[in-house]
Amino acid sequence: MLRPILFAAVIVAPTLAMAGNPDRNAIIADYAEQARAADAGFAAFSATRGETLFRTKWPGGDPRTPSCTACHTGNPRNPGRNAKTGRPIDPVAVSVNPSRFTDAGDVEKQFTRDCKSVLGRPCTPLEKGDYITFMTGQ
Amino acid sequence: MRYSIVLATLLASTAPASADDWAPPITNKLVQKECGSCHMAFQPAFLPARSWEHMMNTLSDHFGEDASLPEAQVAEIRAYLTNNAGDVKWRGIARKYMRWVAADGAPQKITENPAFLREHNFLDRVWNDPKVVTKSNCLACHAQANSGNYDDD
Repeated sequence: MLRPILFAAVIVAPTLAMAGNPDRNAIIADYAEQARAADAGFAAFSATRGETLFRTKWPGGDPRTPSCTACHTGNPRNPGRNAKTGRPIDPVAVSVNPSRFTDAGDVEKQFTRDCKSVLGRPCTPLEKGDYITFMTGQ
Repeated sequence: MRYSIVLATLLASTAPASADDWAPPITNKLVQKECGSCHMAFQPAFLPARSWEHMMNTLSDHFGEDASLPEAQVAEIRAYLTNNAGDVKWRGIARKYMRWVAADGAPQKITENPAFLREHNFLDRVWNDPKVVTKSNCLACHAQANSGNYDDD
């Protein structure tokens, strides 16, 4: 009785890991719904667009944080540091920090603060989904 | 002579932070998380309750940042900070900092308190060290700041 269950677990576990964290998936699905509502032509989020968002120097925000990399460094797998306060920041890349993007309230709060600081405006649902998609693959 | 040196060394290494360089550490999980998400969570002893009250009422412009939180969280954090404020608990480092706060004052910056300034009278090259970034980055030099120990200078 036990053995088939164990066997099944061995088979299923890696598949689940590949499918990602259910909380993160729900957050991405919610942003996808919002992106579709904003643009009926929305197809899917893009890690490439997310990386461009991450690396772009934006003119509209706080001069201390022209890009995401100002705090998160050019490598999201590395720890960063808040450019305004000096406080250390845990890596954003999901591969080294699996708890990233798993609390919808925290995710939305962080986008609200950081997009204002870096881009000088709120991020669109498309940008948020692209960013998470990029970080999920990092 | 030798014994007294040994004794003094022993005492220095085992003694807790001297009372006036010790701030009661934050024990509330929400305060630790939310007040510590962009900067170190500063202990409430550094400011009077009026200061924390004002700060918690102006989170949408928190030193230029939008630090808004859901109202229930604001209420919990406000209660903790005001209940443990320097002029309420009057413990440890609060005695040193509250001395400089006017009776009706609600200062917002700990780093402008004369008690802070007189102990941080450094050359520019110290403040310009890249690991410091800003005067409010206690942890750059006070490794135990999160547990309220500022006695390592």
